[in-house]
Amino acid sequence: MPEKVKLAYLLAGGCAGCDMAVVDLSETLLDVLPQLEIVFWAPTVADVKYKDLEAMPDGSIDVGLVAGMVRLSEQEHMVKVMRRKCKTLIALGICASMGGIPGMANMHSKKEIFDTAYFDTFSTDNPEGVVPRTNCLVDGKYELTLPDFYEKVRSVASVVDVDYLTGGCPPHHSFIGAALTAVLEGKLPPRGSWLTGGKAVCDVCKRNPALQGKERELIQDIKRVTDGEPEQDKCLLQEGYICLGPVTQGDCNAQCPNVNMPCRGCGGPIPGVKDFGLRAVSAIAASMTDEKLVDKIDCPAKLFYRYSLPSSILGGKLK
Amino acid sequence: MAMSDWKPNIIVFACNWCTYQGADLAGSLRYKYPSSINIIRVPCSGALEAEYIVEALNKGADGVLVGGCHPGDCHYKEGNYKALRRFNLLHKLLEDMGVEPERVRLEWISGSEGKRFAEVMNDFDAVIRKLGPNPRGRNGNA
Ligand code: SF4
Ligand code: SF4
Ligand code: SF4
Repeated sequence: MPEKVKLAYLLAGGCAGCDMAVVDLSETLLDVLPQLEIVFWAPTVADVKYKDLEAMPDGSIDVGLVAGMVRLSEQEHMVKVMRRKCKTLIALGICASMGGIPGMANMHSKKEIFDTAYFDTFSTDNPEGVVPRTNCLVDGKYELTLPDFYEKVRSVASVVDVDYLTGGCPPHHSFIGAALTAVLEGKLPPRGSWLTGGKAVCDVCKRNPALQGKERELIQDIKRVTDGEPEQDKCLLQEGYICLGPVTQGDCNAQCPNVNMPCRGCGGPIPGVKDFGLRAVSAIAASMTDEKLVDKIDCPAKLFYRYSLPSSILGGKLK
Repeated sequence: MAMSDWKPNIIVFACNWCTYQGADLAGSLRYKYPSSINIIRVPCSGALEAEYIVEALNKGADGVLVGGCHPGDCHYKEGNYKALRRFNLLHKLLEDMGVEPERVRLEWISGSEGKRFAEVMNDFDAVIRKLGPNPRGRNGNA
């Protein structure tokens, strides 16, 4: 019997949704499990500590999956350890690949975030002004340490060289399955590419006028998702609901438009795009009838960079 | 760099058919405009990707101006209308991102408006001088 493939899994600054998606592989996971040896997946699956992973020889793990973004020094350290130990490292999910929803914090400074979290909210009671510090002395003798909270969120892919990227928040379990199978069978694209199909959400969306043999019409008005119910089978974008399907990879099979929700871009950019939000700006503006419609879009930065702000050219808001 | 040595670095994306010809005419008629102005010729204002404008700001441009043909006069019929819609949306997004709105500007300047080209450049240079250096610095490391 051939040797088992050694697999490690790290959750950096994520919400554990990606972990759940891997667990959702269920039968597929059972199929591949006999070929896998999980050497690190703390704390969910394998009770292996950071120091155990650190002690493993460099390059001794075949495949590493990292989900989540990097905000804390601990996450940065562990992501670098994973890079050293794993032959193939995959950024799993849009947080790891582009910064994800937590990356929207880059619209605010660390000070603003701390002020809100530790002082300003209605329910906060903090008369001594306690905020997290990287170390403190308890009872005059025990030194306790906490990781450093960095000024900005970064994607895993910008902290280390990852071999492959996968979008999705979380990635649909079917394409984690496809990615794992590709790795196990050695059927991989060139390093540095997305382990995804490369087709846009529009290409697989049944609302797409082109797939219904109709002409695409320009946007006449901008609507929010709370403004009425979209017409069945009509393109959401054409109806005025800002849908990022034209610039997003559609490995999810257009899940959101299928249930009346415009695509928000969690699949990551279609091939050849350097800055997701800017490409979305170009695509959306080009489909409008009138430049004044722009005034109806609230905070375009948060709409167009919902999943990719840390990976944008500007990286975040400048204070 | 001491503040007194600072000179704005301004990038002007000028469409081949109008604004670039306007710049040419300004030159032939010897209208003066500041040396801070660096002109890049583009086929059409509508062909200018938002990435170019933002990349210029990120790499240290203190101001970016996009020049196109007057509405109705676009060589490709509607490129400038597309540029306008894109520019308005981008402008709003940049404001969200903490870029002073005055640093990016869109102007329609025709091939016969040599004088106006020089006037707009003088004005933009003055606005940028008043704003001061791009806080992102010359290499994008704010
Ligand atoms: S990509 Fe989505 S599901 Fe995965 S860790 Fe980030 S927020 Fe959670
Ligand atoms: S814009 Fe949205 S709704 Fe329209 S075809 Fe594309 S994915 Fe579907
Ligand atoms: S439609 Fe868009 S936002 Fe929804 S799951 Fe697919 S890629 Fe993500």
